[in-house]
Amino acid sequence: MLELIVISTLNGILFGMLLFLMASGLTVIFSMLGVLNFAHASFYMLGAFFGFQISRWFGFWPALVVAPLLAGLLGAAVERYGLRQVHKSGHVAELLFTFGLAFAIEEIVQIIWGKSPVDFRVPEALDFPAFTVFSTNYPAYKIFMLAASIAIFLGLLIALKKTRIGLIVQAALTHPHMVGHLGHNVGRVFMMVFGVGTALAAVAGVIAGPALVTQSNMAALLGPILFVVVVVGGLGSLPGAFIASLLIGLIQTFAVSMNGSLAEMFGPLSPDYATTWLADIWNVTVAQIAPIMPYVLLVLILAFRPMGLMGTRDT
Amino acid sequence: MSDVISSAAPPRPAMTDKLKFYGMWVATALLLLLLPKVFSSGGSLTTFSLIGISIIFALSYNILLGQTGMLSFGHAVYYGLGGFLAIHAINIIGAHKWPIPLPVVPLIGGLTGLAFAALLGWVSTQRSGTAFAMISLGVAELVASSALILRTFFGGEAGVSANRTKVLRLFDWSFGPQIQIYYLIAAWTLICMIAMYALTRTPLGRMCNAVRDNPERVQFVGYDPHVIRYIAFCFSGFFAGIAGALAAINFEIANSAYLGAVQSGTVLFSTYIGGIGFFIGPAVGAIFVTVLSLGLSDLTSVWQLYFGLFFIAVVMFAPGGITGLLMKHRPLVLAGTLGKVLPSYLIAFVPTLAMITGLMLAIETVVHYTVSPEDSPNIKAFGISFNAASPITWGIAAVLIVGGFVIARKTWAKVAEAWDGALSAAREKGFAA
Repeated sequence: MLELIVISTLNGILFGMLLFLMASGLTVIFSMLGVLNFAHASFYMLGAFFGFQISRWFGFWPALVVAPLLAGLLGAAVERYGLRQVHKSGHVAELLFTFGLAFAIEEIVQIIWGKSPVDFRVPEALDFPAFTVFSTNYPAYKIFMLAASIAIFLGLLIALKKTRIGLIVQAALTHPHMVGHLGHNVGRVFMMVFGVGTALAAVAGVIAGPALVTQSNMAALLGPILFVVVVVGGLGSLPGAFIASLLIGLIQTFAVSMNGSLAEMFGPLSPDYATTWLADIWNVTVAQIAPIMPYVLLVLILAFRPMGLMGTRDT
Repeated sequence: MSDVISSAAPPRPAMTDKLKFYGMWVATALLLLLLPKVFSSGGSLTTFSLIGISIIFALSYNILLGQTGMLSFGHAVYYGLGGFLAIHAINIIGAHKWPIPLPVVPLIGGLTGLAFAALLGWVSTQRSGTAFAMISLGVAELVASSALILRTFFGGEAGVSANRTKVLRLFDWSFGPQIQIYYLIAAWTLICMIAMYALTRTPLGRMCNAVRDNPERVQFVGYDPHVIRYIAFCFSGFFAGIAGALAAINFEIANSAYLGAVQSGTVLFSTYIGGIGFFIGPAVGAIFVTVLSLGLSDLTSVWQLYFGLFFIAVVMFAPGGITGLLMKHRPLVLAGTLGKVLPSYLIAFVPTLAMITGLMLAIETVVHYTVSPEDSPNIKAFGISFNAASPITWGIAAVLIVGGFVIARKTWAKVAEAWDGALSAAREKGFAA
């Protein structure tokens, strides 16, 4: 039991940090541009596939640098030539634009890399068990993932809080017009933030690719969870996104590793009910409902605290 | 003061307007009645049935998006639940030999949609805008994932099937042949279209528009925007449920794909492409998207990519959709200045078409190399044969894209100029604001 708790906590924090790598970009983009980037998870997927292709040609370490750069450039281009065009038609049009983009990116990835998972392997330098907890070997790659995401998180924190650019970004979050009046090129700040945000998502893609499955449906699987994180944390709140990422990471990982069901707790149903639809609810295990846990959390949060955990404003 | 009062109430419609109005619906009914006489093949009947279903679905979606300003990513939930309940209803009615004929079953689906919209809507409609969009997405994922867990009711991956001919027969209609199903769907499409149009003319419909445009002001007038959004959401769920039940009757099966994200995305695409600004827009979009998806899938294997790109193009360049684009020309037609714009359209059309052709060539070539590299490089897409392996094709594609783009930019600037001229001419004659 203790072993399960230790391993699940580690995995949960890892998943949570990965979620935060993406959610942070999404939140900053949302606060600044007022548009929830539906295609954010698609850039995570692009990162994973770019990483796969580049690591095949040049190895994993160049891929870790080049793939996010490429995805970030693409993201900046999308903001400059797509979103800025659509901006005049309002927020609904912007959201729909990113929705269409997510759809198109998934199709393009399917055309280029196919529908089945690609063989994106853990680099050999990290392909060994780091340590043994009780009887489980914990892979070194997962430790690397954890370290990388924490390092990026700290770097982001310092960049936002201590540098001049971070100051401008923070100011543009709440008062974009004022920042513009002060002589900063708000358009360029937006483009840069969009590019950095999508690059962060791509980093998450490159380091998650070998550990999870790199497949053309990975954006569609992760995207909704990402939105849950952002809404649960409070739209536009970075600390909220951090807490919500860890929370959802832990909840999902723990739920997956548990096997209990109502039937186990209270015994099987009486034969009268065993063939009705009640049996489905009775026999379902916690692991089976793990995928819907984030959405249950979302509905609960919205019912009891509509602005999210740390949110301050209504949108 | 008396001025204000007299202008607040709309003038009684003149006799000719009334005739026009009712004549339009009678014409629609006649068209629906005569369509199978003109196109009587099995394939076209199936297509018409699908179009009818998606018209109801898209119009119900527009109650949310176009009329109340709520962007939903999970409208298929009510469509799918309506479909599932309809299938179960057919099975139960057939097993118990209850005296309920098949044409009533869509009503059961509609009531299901209404019930679930009433249940889930209160939380979702608390806020509009982005928050509502995210909530609708979350609820949709919740229901779609639950459907795979509750296997007895939703039938797992295989779904639930039924036999529609086993229920009570009226006037010897077995509803076995597609033609009878077509008339059933056509009748429901007409009823739902009239009902939804009537809804836009009620005070509630007007308040929905007010909530869309300025919720704060609605509050000052004394209405609760949340309640209005909630009622609109319930109506929308009701009509979506009818569409889902009709789909279930048409296919005699309901599976978890009915509830899924793809279905929600498709209705969003068709509504927006058709145009959310006019009542008829979603219907136009439903016809367009259904025909396009059936037609394109025969022509190319990657039709969904073209579909997605087309949607992006509509969002970027024609936010009003197809009907919005057409209606923009109305003042020009009325003022008789359309002739000034048309030549520039023709000029702009050529390089744009060249650019699109180049893009298609490039996409099809890439598809050849990535999807089926072993096949012969002489591929045929959209009825045009070309050699994907030859550098000439690549060169032509590159020239078409780059050249088309450069020239198209210039010609569209000319279109904008001509447009400005024609519009100001129309304005002088008093046909445009």
